[in-house]
Amino acid sequence: MTASASSPRRWLRYFANQETAVLLFLILLAVVVGSINPRFLASRNVSDILQGNAYIAIAAIGMTIVIITGNIDISVGSLVGLLAVIAGRIATSGAPPLVAWLAPLFFGALVGAFIGYLVAYLKIPSIVVTLGMLSILKGFLIIWTAGSRVEDMPPNFFLAQWDWFGIPVPIFLMVVLTIIAALWMRYSGVGRSFYAVGGNPEAARLSGISQQRVVLQAFILNGVFVGVASTLYATQLSVIQATPPPSLELFIITSAVVGGVSILGGKGTVIGAVLAAILLNAIRSSMVFVNVSPFWIQAVQGILILVTVLIDLIRRRREMF
Amino acid sequence: MAAQIQQTPNFSQRLRSLLLSQEGILFLILVVATIVLSSFNPNFLAINNLLNQARLLCEVGLVALPMTYIIITGGIDLSVGSILGLCAILLGIFWKAGVPLGLTIVLVLIVGIFAGAFNALFIVWLDVPPLIMTLATLALYRGMAQGISQARSVRGYPEWFYIFGQENVLGLPTQLWFFIIGIIISAIVLARTTLGRALYAIGNNVVGARFSGLRVSRALVIIYSFSGFMAALAAVVFVSRVTTTRSDMGSGLELDAIAAVVLGGTSIMGGKGTILGTVIGLLLIQLLKYGLQLLGVTGDATIIVIGSVLIVTVLLNNLIQRRRGVT
Repeated sequence: MTASASSPRRWLRYFANQETAVLLFLILLAVVVGSINPRFLASRNVSDILQGNAYIAIAAIGMTIVIITGNIDISVGSLVGLLAVIAGRIATSGAPPLVAWLAPLFFGALVGAFIGYLVAYLKIPSIVVTLGMLSILKGFLIIWTAGSRVEDMPPNFFLAQWDWFGIPVPIFLMVVLTIIAALWMRYSGVGRSFYAVGGNPEAARLSGISQQRVVLQAFILNGVFVGVASTLYATQLSVIQATPPPSLELFIITSAVVGGVSILGGKGTVIGAVLAAILLNAIRSSMVFVNVSPFWIQAVQGILILVTVLIDLIRRRREMF
Repeated sequence: MAAQIQQTPNFSQRLRSLLLSQEGILFLILVVATIVLSSFNPNFLAINNLLNQARLLCEVGLVALPMTYIIITGGIDLSVGSILGLCAILLGIFWKAGVPLGLTIVLVLIVGIFAGAFNALFIVWLDVPPLIMTLATLALYRGMAQGISQARSVRGYPEWFYIFGQENVLGLPTQLWFFIIGIIISAIVLARTTLGRALYAIGNNVVGARFSGLRVSRALVIIYSFSGFMAALAAVVFVSRVTTTRSDMGSGLELDAIAAVVLGGTSIMGGKGTILGTVIGLLLIQLLKYGLQLLGVTGDATIIVIGSVLIVTVLLNNLIQRRRGVT
């Protein structure tokens, strides 16, 4: 991270952290695709990319926290689907929109607390718990809705279509939440304890940090971020689907990993994950502009993880010598 | 976990530890579920129905066997569903391109082996965590399947091809034979060979295993390639059963397989597990699905039950293990 500036291979320094690497790649993508097809950089398209996918970036913040503690949550896709329908049902029942917007946060935290309790206190590995929850939440969603989507929400429900201070609400929330989460993770005691528990559980324990409480907190927080994501997802279109968004959890975990969050815990930043979520969506959108069939998107996503892994490998080798 | 002083256990102690093992608990649940479900519906135990259920279980079953190996080593393979999808698409593509179907099947199985070996390459030589590597190839292989097929499906295979998925050999569904042979070989290899025992050593302590002279890299390459092979075999069976290829085939298969393996008592942390446990786990899941379906519960509701059973059995097992560890 502190490679000397006089190094002949100074450019490598920019890849010293994954956040910068992702940002540079994002700029490179914008320049290359923009020069092939200038419409890619039209403010309308850029705004569409950011606005339509901000909820994924916000969910990636929660995932980052969970992964930093050395855990994982593969049930988020199902949870987003369920929480979005909860918001929609509350709105159509005639309750004030504020209640409908906040309900996903509450229920998200509740589910997060349940998962966190099973993982932290009953010692079931998070991948097993969330594998089970993935089925339970999805099954519950499909039975509850009987497969029919939610429609006819009141017109003042569609938060994600509003502007705050001239900025679309999803982008506004994404930026604000990223900044708050990044500062909080870096400077607050609780934020630091996530890194401590994930990086070196034994040292964390010896310094008086309750690993169990920290893991529980991480899952509750994740639930809240997933709740915010669900509210945005529910309010962006005029219908809410009764099935969870396909492979959403994959997309969110990929964002965290490409953003430099180590699956082994203890390493990574919220900013990296959010930038990576934007990058993934920008790539998806760019494929249309350079005439590549969007059917290849998942392959690109896979290659991107492999590239991240290789860059990380080179970085570790360099640190060793 | 084991008792501090190893004495030759007498019969009742043995019985106790057998009943309290995850396989024992599961077997009891399996028996109880069978009795309850068959009391609701006399057709439950009709042999034709059961054989038909067995047919449906084979695709997950085939990939669950190598998944047991991989999880015992402390790894995971999330890419099996995508390997199945890719192999299914290639089966259709090669066949349409004029390759004889027999040769096509062989080619597809080889592709499966390479897809698994590619995972192992990164995991073994570049030290990438299996979760990350197979997450990458989950996306990559599925993406290749989608990109190559462009969402077109291939139909119209020759009549003989349907033997793998729809017909019987010696009174049993063909794929059930594959599965039974797979079970026997996997169980023997795991319990009785150096390779099999090495898997436990790797799962318990990979550094220790390496220093004891076990060929860790070779073992990992073999099991991940085996996983790819079984996914490809499952693809052949799947395509034969549903008579068409689509790029979304097998998505979510990895989760079903992992659920069965974990339900069967294999520790996700590695070092512990058996093929028998996995088979009981598979049977239990399929039996629950089928029994609830006979009771008029829709397929979507059954996944709630399966998710709950998964969490509860692992929880029970944890509690029992902890109690035994204390006393």
